[in-house]
Order: sequence, then C-alpha cells, then structure tokens
Amino acid sequence: MNLLIKGGRVIDPSQGMDAVMDVLIADGVVLELGQGLSAPEGTPAIDATGLIVTPGLIDMHVHLRDPGLEYKEDIATGSRSAAAGGFTSVACMPNTSPVIDSKAVASYVINKAKSEALVNVFPIGCITKGGKGESLAEMGELKEAGCVGVSDDGKPVCNSELMRRALEYAKGIGIAVISHSEDLALVGEGVMNEGFVSTELGLKGIPWAAEDIAVAREVYLAEFAGAPVHIAHISTVGSARIIRNAKARGVKVTCETAPHYFTLTDDAVRGYNTNAKMNPPLRSAADVEAMKTGLADGTIDAIATDHAPHHPDEKDVEFNVALNGIVGLETSLPLSLKLVEEGRLDLNQLVSLMSCNPAKILGLDRGTLKVGAVGDVTVIDPSKEWQVEAAKLESKSKNSPFLGWKLKGRAVYTVVKGQVVYQA
Amino acid sequence: MGFRHKDIIALKDLTREEITLLLDTADSLSEINQRDIKKVPTLRGKTVINLFYEASTRTRTSFEIAAKRLSADAVNITASTSSVVKGETLSDTANNLLAMKPDIIVMRHAVSGAHEYLAKRVSCSVINAGDGAHEHPSQGLLDMLTMRQKFGRLDGLKVAIVGDITHSRVARSDIYGLTTMGSHVFLAGPPTMMPVGIERLGNVTVCKDMREAVDQADVVMMLRIQLERQGKTLLPSMREYSRYFGLNPEVLTLAKKNAIVMHPGPINRGVELASSVADCDQSAILTQVENGVAVRMAMLYHVCGGEPVE
Repeated sequence: MNLLIKGGRVIDPSQGMDAVMDVLIADGVVLELGQGLSAPEGTPAIDATGLIVTPGLIDMHVHLRDPGLEYKEDIATGSRSAAAGGFTSVACMPNTSPVIDSKAVASYVINKAKSEALVNVFPIGCITKGGKGESLAEMGELKEAGCVGVSDDGKPVCNSELMRRALEYAKGIGIAVISHSEDLALVGEGVMNEGFVSTELGLKGIPWAAEDIAVAREVYLAEFAGAPVHIAHISTVGSARIIRNAKARGVKVTCETAPHYFTLTDDAVRGYNTNAKMNPPLRSAADVEAMKTGLADGTIDAIATDHAPHHPDEKDVEFNVALNGIVGLETSLPLSLKLVEEGRLDLNQLVSLMSCNPAKILGLDRGTLKVGAVGDVTVIDPSKEWQVEAAKLESKSKNSPFLGWKLKGRAVYTVVKGQVVYQA
Repeated sequence: MGFRHKDIIALKDLTREEITLLLDTADSLSEINQRDIKKVPTLRGKTVINLFYEASTRTRTSFEIAAKRLSADAVNITASTSSVVKGETLSDTANNLLAMKPDIIVMRHAVSGAHEYLAKRVSCSVINAGDGAHEHPSQGLLDMLTMRQKFGRLDGLKVAIVGDITHSRVARSDIYGLTTMGSHVFLAGPPTMMPVGIERLGNVTVCKDMREAVDQADVVMMLRIQLERQGKTLLPSMREYSRYFGLNPEVLTLAKKNAIVMHPGPINRGVELASSVADCDQSAILTQVENGVAVRMAMLYHVCGGEPVE
C-alpha cells in the first residue's frame, strides 16, 4: 500500500531522527524520508503538520483472550482496540484456552489474525507445557510457528531448575523469555498491595517482597545461564533497583512496566474498586516514582499495557473474587505522554519505550522507519484532549480505572504496512 | 440532630455526634430490655432480613431480638441454606431480596467491602454485621456503650486492644469509634498480626509488649484468636501465644484498679483469657452481650428514620 505522510515531526530513535519531514510508503515499506517529497498521482496523503510521526507503536504484552475466552475479547476487537490506541503491533500472551503451547494453537492465532486483525499480532507461547510449570514447552516449534517469545504469563515458573533450563534452551533457539515474577507463597491470598490502604480496607495484602524476590531470582538465573530474560510488568522500587544493578554489571535483563504502575497508587482501590484490582497490584507513591525514574534512566526498557479484558460479570462482584487486570491499549499512549508533559521523559525516549525497544526485545523487524522497513507508522496529536468513555472504547471489555478521566494526546492515524487502519 | 445515613457500613464514616446519638439512643432503648413485655411498636410493619454468609450465633441472634423488640419482622438467611451454594452472585441475591421489599438488610460477609458493594446496589438500608477484616460497627458501638456506662465518658480513656489486629474487624471498628470519641488506643499482639500503618488510623499507639499496652489501661480488650485462620505461619503455638499475649491475673494488675476486661467473644478460654479473668468481677463480657441488643435496636431505629419510640 502507498501513503505519503507530509510535514510531521518525525521521531525515530532507531536512526537518531527528530525533524520535520515527509514519509513516503510504497508497497507497504518505507520508500523515502525527506522534505518536500512527491508521490505518484493518486497516492493517499496525510497532512501531519503539527503532529508527531513515529515508527508504529508496539505493545509487547496484551491478552487477546482468543481462543477460548472470546466473550472478553477476540483477535478482531483486540486489534481494533490496539489500532485505536496507536499500536501497529501487539504481542499476545498464551494464557488462552487452550493455552498457546503448541504449533496448532499458535497457528490458529496467526491465521485468525491474518484474516481479522487490523494490526500485526505476534503470539507468545508458553514456557512450560500447559503453562503448568512442570516441563518445557516445545519452544522450537513455537518459534517456527511464529511465536516471538515464551512466557507463562499470569504465573511464575516456580521451579528454579526449570527456569534455568528454559533460559538456556530459549537462548539456543533465539526466542525471548518473558518472566511473570512473583513468589506465590508470599502472595498467598493477597488481593492488593500490602500497605496502609490494605490495613484500612481489611483486605489481604501482597508484599512488595513477593515481586522483588522473584525478580532477583530471574536476574541471577539469567546471569548464571548467560541468557537474556525479560521481566514483565515490574511495579516496585526494589524490582527497578535490582534490574538497574544487574544491567550495570552486564546481565542481559530487560523489563517493562505498565501505565497504571506509573500513574496510580493503591489509593485507587479505595471503595473496593475492582477496576483497580490487578496483578501485580497497584503500589505506593514511592513505587510510582521509581517507575518514572526507571523509565527515564533506561532501567525500564518498555511500556506495555498488560491489556487484560474481563467481562463486567467478572468485575462487578465483591473485591476478593474479582478477576485481576484492566484494559489498557487505548489509554496507554496518553498516560505515557503525561510523563513527557511532566518533563520526566522526552519524546524520543517515549518512542523508544513504546516502539523501538519492544521490537528489539522480541526480535521484530519493526520499531523503525529506516528506508526499506515495514511501513508501520503512528501519527500522534499530543495536544488532542479527550475523555475516556466506556461506550467509545473499541475493546470488548470496559474494565478500566481511567473511565471518566480527561486525557491529553492520542494517535490520530494508525498505519499498518502503509494502510490507514485507524483514524481518530 | 438526626441520623442521615441510609446505611451503617463502617464507624469510620460516622462523626462524634452521630456515634453519640447512637449510644444515647441505645441507652434509652435498653430500658425496654428490662420490661416484662419487651416489645414496642416502633418498627411495626418494617421488614429486616438478616443475611448471614458467615457462621454467627450471638450477632445474628442479637440483631434478631433487636428487630423483634421493635416489632419489625425479622427473617434469617444463612449461607449454608442460601443460593450462594448454587452459585448465585451477591448482586443477584441482593436483587432477589430487594424484590421482596425489605426495609433493612443486616449482612455478615467474609469479604471486606461486601457491604459497600451491596449498599450501592440496593435502595433499602444495609447494616454491616461484620465484613471480612474490615469493620464490625455494631460490635464497636456496643463496646463503646459498655465503656461509657462504666466510666461515664469515652474522652481520655486508655484502651488496650490485644491480639490478632490484622484479621480483626472488631479492632478496626473499635479504633475508629474510640479515637473519634477521644480515647487513646494502645495495640499489642504478635508482630505477624500487626498490619502495616495501623497507627495511622487515629490516636493509636502500637506497643512492643502487651504489658506496655495494659499498663494503666482503663479497658483491656482481648481479641479472639481464630484458631482456624492462623495456619502454621503466624504463630509458633497457642501455648506460646497464651504465654505472651494472654491476659492472666498478674498482667491485669498492671491496669488501673477499676479497669474492665472485654472480649468480643466467643472466648478461647485459657488462650486469650485465663478462665479466672474471664469470670472475674472486672469482666464486662456479658454486659457487652447485653448491650449488643440495645445498640442494634438503635441502629435499626436510626436507619429507619428514627420515628418516636413509644
């Protein structure tokens, strides 16, 4: 597909680019970057004057709930939600039903995405068979089928020996290992962060140590195995510190955090708000600050949403029995832009966190506007003000703690392989 | 002043004036409990549903008697016989009950916040008879009434609360109520049962040693240790708990001479309290139970709008 994006501020950290220029896409790939580009007659054009043009945003951690839990989300609706949030690619976690631990299920996702998805969908397979934490899944075949990483997301691989072997094996075949890091014994029956708010509400708390201990184990295992590991959704001061120290001594560890962890504290749980129930739980103000610092100093490599759609019946219940997670694809970019507005990040860092770095971690040929690259582009209006309304969310589920929030900034065009798949 | 709340979910939500009003009302209603004919027509024609998702004898009976003494019609529903076992959600249960037009739902539920959830969804009044480890406002009120009767005031009292603070809804309601009314609360218990930031709930001091909490106390409130809940990680043994956190006659001598001993019940004799302490002259445990009926009458009465008592 062909497209000319004219006069936008093109920010592409993959080639150190930040300048006003045009982007010409032909046959789905970037053909030319420069000022005053001309395109063949009939080429569709976008006037991006005053807008920001970036490599397509990538959310490396979403749940599309397909197969098996389509009443929450499916590949079509999830991809619409992604496009509306400015994402051109998403990586979807394997805790579907059945789980993605075989070539057959991975192929199902890829084929369904080919016919129904607006954006690129890259499945992540399980680390262990059935996601049960007992023996390794067939990672080679998962990779061959098109999986871009492995994870037992939603639960940790509790057995350290098995995790060691997973890291070694995955390194050999060149597939990313993504760790959901939690010490389940410490989590116990906890349903929110352990702190003053849990004390006041009389809810069982989850201590920060449950995350830190598990993150530390992954770091030591990665160091020992000489293999890379990616830590999903970090949320604590301690996780950030452990990863910062590990990086400083050369351990191949990367990590992500989610917008809610740098935006909300456990105060949001007050009133027993099940839309603030997630795992890991919303933490303290110091943890929120640590996420912002970690994003700014490069400790945290990526912003991912952990987009976790749930049916209203699964959230409109007593707090203890409500399921964990929130939808995030459509609020991620504006919540992240807030960090730019606060002066904590610059736009180049933001684009690295939301596009270039996730591509690198998963080994995708995306996250860049270099000539010859796939023409996935996000055009952002950083000053557009809008209100988050359930009825206007493209996701099938509406479980967001940000409903009613007035946000600033959003994607106004989402372009996949040169084709506009979303326009605000 | 009147009582303006539709529901009574938490003592945290009540002002000093509102608590005083409830206690004053309970005081005046307690006279009814002394009559030969223990019944007034105040809530005649009102329907109270006691919806108990957790086992309870004294609280449920106390609410039932309170309703009946005010001539309300009281219906009891317990979880083992309810639709919960058939998988019905709390929301659906609430809607079904509401269709029967009750005026008040008195609920006990194992989940903190269940009452807040229910109260937002029903038009009738909701009274919290205990939710998880959150609050137990009728217990807090009856504790305060008992103390006020003994000392004539709540202002400036030193109240020691000893035991499993983390899992205690009684402790939270007592702390909110007492500190709102001007008492100073001293907490003691095993460190594994002392939740983060509890001292921030009000005028609360966390003590390292039970003796420090009991020293010069006006009231010593012993909490029930839930033997079934402690598992293997919170305590080495009941024997050790009893030795360091049980109230025996010797520790009680540290308190003021006229101090009273309280316990929300049921007591584990020999664990939280030595039997001799439970039954001593200073024990106000049965007075608490007696006051429970009057306090619950006051709560039912005020959420119904407080019509004149005949």
